[in-house]
Amino acid sequence: MAEELRIVLRNCGVIDPLKIEDYINAGGYKALEKARNMGQLPVIDEVKKSNLRGRGGAGFNAGQKWTFVYQASADQKYVICNADEGEPGTYKDRIIMESDPHRLLEGMAICAYAVGADKGYIYCRGEYPYVVDILRQAIAQAKDKGVLGDFDIEVRMGAGAYVCGEETALIESIEGKRGEPRYKPPYPGVSGLWGKPTVVNNVETFANVPDIIEKGADWFKSIGAPSYPGTKIFTLSGDVVNRTFFEVPTNTTIRDIIFGLGGGIPGGKKFKAVQIGGNSGAIIPESLLDTPADFDSMAKVGATLGSGAVFVMDETRDIVDVATRTAKFFEHESCGKCAPCREGTMRIHEIMEKINQGKGKAGDMNLLERLGRVMSVSCLCGLGQAAPVPILTTMKHFRADYNAKVKE
Amino acid sequence: MATVTIDGIKVTVPDGSTILAAAQEAGIRIPTLCHHPDQAIKANCRICVCEVEGQRLLAAACAMPVWDGMVVKTRSPKVIEARKTILELILARHPQDCLNCIRNGVCELQDLAAEYMIRENPFTLKIKGYPKDTSTPSIVREQDKCINCRRCIGACSEIQTVHALGVEKRGYEAMVVPAMGGQLSDSPCVVCGQCIHACPVGAIYENEQIDEFLAAVADPDKVVVTQIAPAVRVAIAELVGMNTGELDMEVFVAGLRQLGFDYVLHTNFTADLTIIEEGHELLQRLTEGKGKLPMFTSCSPGWINFCETFYPDLLDHLSTCKSPQQMFGALVKTYWAEKMGIDPAKIYSVSIMPCTAKKFEAARPEMNASGYRDVDLVLTTREVGRLFQMAGLDFTKLQPSKFDSWMGKYTGAGVIFGATGGVMEAALRTVYEVVTKQTLEDVNFTAVRGMEGIKEAEVDLNGTKVRVAVGHSLGSARKLMDQVRAGESPYHFIEIMACPGGCIGGGGQPLTKSNRKRAERIDCIYVEDAGLPLRKSHENPEIKTLYEEFLHEPLGHKSHELLHTHYHPQHKKYF
Repeated sequence: MAEELRIVLRNCGVIDPLKIEDYINAGGYKALEKARNMGQLPVIDEVKKSNLRGRGGAGFNAGQKWTFVYQASADQKYVICNADEGEPGTYKDRIIMESDPHRLLEGMAICAYAVGADKGYIYCRGEYPYVVDILRQAIAQAKDKGVLGDFDIEVRMGAGAYVCGEETALIESIEGKRGEPRYKPPYPGVSGLWGKPTVVNNVETFANVPDIIEKGADWFKSIGAPSYPGTKIFTLSGDVVNRTFFEVPTNTTIRDIIFGLGGGIPGGKKFKAVQIGGNSGAIIPESLLDTPADFDSMAKVGATLGSGAVFVMDETRDIVDVATRTAKFFEHESCGKCAPCREGTMRIHEIMEKINQGKGKAGDMNLLERLGRVMSVSCLCGLGQAAPVPILTTMKHFRADYNAKVKE
Repeated sequence: MATVTIDGIKVTVPDGSTILAAAQEAGIRIPTLCHHPDQAIKANCRICVCEVEGQRLLAAACAMPVWDGMVVKTRSPKVIEARKTILELILARHPQDCLNCIRNGVCELQDLAAEYMIRENPFTLKIKGYPKDTSTPSIVREQDKCINCRRCIGACSEIQTVHALGVEKRGYEAMVVPAMGGQLSDSPCVVCGQCIHACPVGAIYENEQIDEFLAAVADPDKVVVTQIAPAVRVAIAELVGMNTGELDMEVFVAGLRQLGFDYVLHTNFTADLTIIEEGHELLQRLTEGKGKLPMFTSCSPGWINFCETFYPDLLDHLSTCKSPQQMFGALVKTYWAEKMGIDPAKIYSVSIMPCTAKKFEAARPEMNASGYRDVDLVLTTREVGRLFQMAGLDFTKLQPSKFDSWMGKYTGAGVIFGATGGVMEAALRTVYEVVTKQTLEDVNFTAVRGMEGIKEAEVDLNGTKVRVAVGHSLGSARKLMDQVRAGESPYHFIEIMACPGGCIGGGGQPLTKSNRKRAERIDCIYVEDAGLPLRKSHENPEIKTLYEEFLHEPLGHKSHELLHTHYHPQHKKYF
C-alpha cells in the first residue's frame, strides 16, 4: 500500500501561508542562509548531485540548467519560476503557492544566489489571481524581513494561453510580446529573458531546493526512483474516489496512486484508462498500471509523467470521444506560429471529429498516424510535438474503440 | 570551424553556421519558406527540417547551428514524409487558383508543390474567405493567400521599422494582419512595398493597373507620354530574359514605343532638374539661414510617408522639392505641352517607376500644379515587364530608338538617382561647382556609395565644411531622424531612400529576395554613369533650355509654383 511522503508539501495545512514567521519557525529560510555560506559552485554541485529533475514535464536536470547560467558571462541574469500550470487536471503548483509560498521564494533565492542573478520573475497562471495576491504578500514580507537580500522578485500574470507554459513562450510573454515559443538553441540558459542567461524552473522544482540544500544531495537521492529521485505531487481527477492531491516517492506505481491513495474507481465500475501528465499525456490501459511513476519508467512504456495530473476513466468512458476533446483543446491552444502545429492541430481535430461522429473512413486512421508522426518530430515546440500523443496512444491501446466507430 | 557530414558529403564550415548554410556549401539546396537571408531566423514553416543523427526531433535547417562531427540527412524517408505532410497542410489552406494569381510562375509555394510532387492532398481545402484589402492605391493584400511565413513582418518591422503588420488570433485562425486587424490604410504602412519582395506567394502585391494603361493607349484622343525612372532600366532586363543591366537604354525605348507610348521621355531629366533646385535650396539654407538644417532629400515617396507619419515634427527639414516624378508631371502638361504644341488636356502622363509608393504620391491631392492631375498613371517595373511579355517582344532584335525631345536628355548625375547615395553624389557634383566656380576634376564621391546602411562624408566648399549622410531603408532613416530629433545630428544634408539599396531595390522592382541582387543593380547604375559624356546635372543642355525659356532661375516664381510643395502630418487610425 502506497504512502504519502511530504517534502514539498510538508508545511501544507500546517502553517499560515501569509505569516513569514510561521515559515521561519518551521525552519524556513535556513537553507538560503546555508547556501550563501556554501558558495555558488558548491550549491550548484549539490543540486546537480541530487539529480533533481524538472517537475514541469521535461525532466531536465535542474543543477545542469543552473550550471549553464552560472557559466554564462553576462551583466544581468534572471531566474524565472514557471507557475503557468496550464495542463488540465494539474493543480500541484497552486497547492504549493497557496499553502507555502515562502518555500518557493526560498528555492528561487537559492537558485538566484547560485547562478548570480538579482532579479526573478514568477509567471503565474492567469486563472490564479488570488495566488498572485498571496505571492505578492509573501514577497513583501520577505523583503521586509530582509531574507531575500538584494534579490528582487516580481510576479507576472499570464493571460490564459496554454502555450505560455512553454519556457520560451513564457519569456516572450514577460517581455510583453505575443506568447509564442522561440526556436532552440539558443536555450534560455544562454539567451533567455531579454537575451540574458535565464533559469526557468517549475514551482515544484524550486520548492524541492531548500530541503536538498539543508539535508544534502545524498538524502534526496535515497528517495524514490534513482534516475528521478525525490517525490512527485500527483493531482487526481476523473473517475476516482479520492479526487485530490498526493505527494509520493517517484518509484510509486500508477496502480498504487489510483487504487491505493486514490481509493480506486467509484460505483463499483471497472477501470478503463488513465491519462497522466495532462492533455499532452499518453492515455494508457490497465496493462501498464504497474509502471513506476518516474520520468524514465513512464517514457519506457511510451507514456509520460508530465506535470503529474492523473485523469482516470472508468469503463463507461468513450475513449474516442475523450481523444477528440483533447484534439479540440490543442486546436484551440496552438499559438499558430509553426505550420505543422497551426494546421496539424486543426486537422487532427477535424478528422477525430469525423471519426467520433461515425463518419470516419479507414484511410483516416492512416492519415492521423502520419500526421501525428510528423508533428511529433517537426513542430517548433513541445505543444505541437505532444499534441498527437493522446491520439496516437489511444489508437495504439484502444484500437477496437476506433474500429467500432470507423466505417469501412 | 566544424566539419559536418551532409548526405554523405563532408564540409567544413565556420562555427555557428546553420545546417542550411552548411548544406549550401555541400551543394545541397534545402527547401525553405519562412527563411529570408536579410532577416532574423524565424523557423516557423518547418519545411527545411532535416534528420540529425542521434536526435529524436527533426531539426530546422535554417535555425540549427552545426557542431563538429554532426551527421545530417536532408532527404531520408522521415524527412520527405515530414516535408510532404507540412506542404500538404499549407496547401490545403491556400487557394488553388494559381492560373489567376499575379505570382503564377514566380511563387515559392508553387515551386515546392512541384518539387515535392504533390498530386493529391488528403486534407480538405479550407479557405478563410477574406476580401482583398485594396485600401491603398499602391498595395493589395490577399489574406486568403497568406501562408503565415511572416517574412512581410520581417521586412516591415526589422528592416523598415514601420511595424504596420503583425499577427492576430491563435492556432489555425492565426493570421498576418495590418495593425489592429484593420485595413492597410489604417495602419502606419508607408506603401514602400518591401513586403512584396518578402512574400513567397501572392498574398501581397502591387496595385496592378495594366488595364488602365491599355485603355489609354487605345484611346485616339489621348497623347500617351511616359517617363522612365533612373532605376528601371538596369532591373527590367531581368524580366526580359537578360542579365541585370544588359538592356540597352535605346532598345528599351523601342520596346516602350511598341507598347503604344506616343512619346518616351526620361525621369532622369527631372532628376537633373531636382539637383539644380535642391542644390540651390541647400545653399540657401546653408548660407542665408533660410530653412532648417540638416536638410533631407524628398525624392522617395515611401520616405515622405514615413516622415509624415513618424516624424511630423521634422517636416520642415524636408527639401520642398517635389520628387523627379512629380516635377516631370507638372512640366509635361505645361512647359513640354507648350513647346510641343499639344493640348495638355489630351496628355495622359504615365510614369514607369521602381516603386509602389509612387502610385500613392501621384494620387496625392496636391499634385496637380499643371491644372490637371500631373501624373495620370504609375506603372511599376514589374507591370511593364508583364506588358513586354504580353507584347511578345524579342529585345535582341529590336532596333534602338532615341528619346523624344525637351525632357529626354540626362546626365550621369540623373542616372545615379537610382542607387542609394546617388542623389547626394549628384548634388555634390553640382553644388561644388556652383559654390567654388571651379571644375570638379573627380566626380566620383565613392564614400556615399554602396550597401552600408548609413554612409557619411565631408565636403569642403570654399572653406565651408559640409557634412552629409546617406541612409537607405527606413530602419536607417529612423536612426538618422532620432539623432535629428535629439538635436545631436552632425549633418547639414541627409539623403534618405525608403528602400534598401535605394530605388534599384524599390517595391515595384523585379522580385528580389536578397541584398546581393540589389548590389548587382547598383554596380550597373555606376557603370552607366561612368560611360556618359555628361555627368553633372547643370551641364544637361535641355535643363539649360528649360531655365532659359521657362523657369528663368532656380527657386524662382515658376519653380515655386510647379516644382515645390509642402508636407503634412499623416494621422493613421491605428497609429
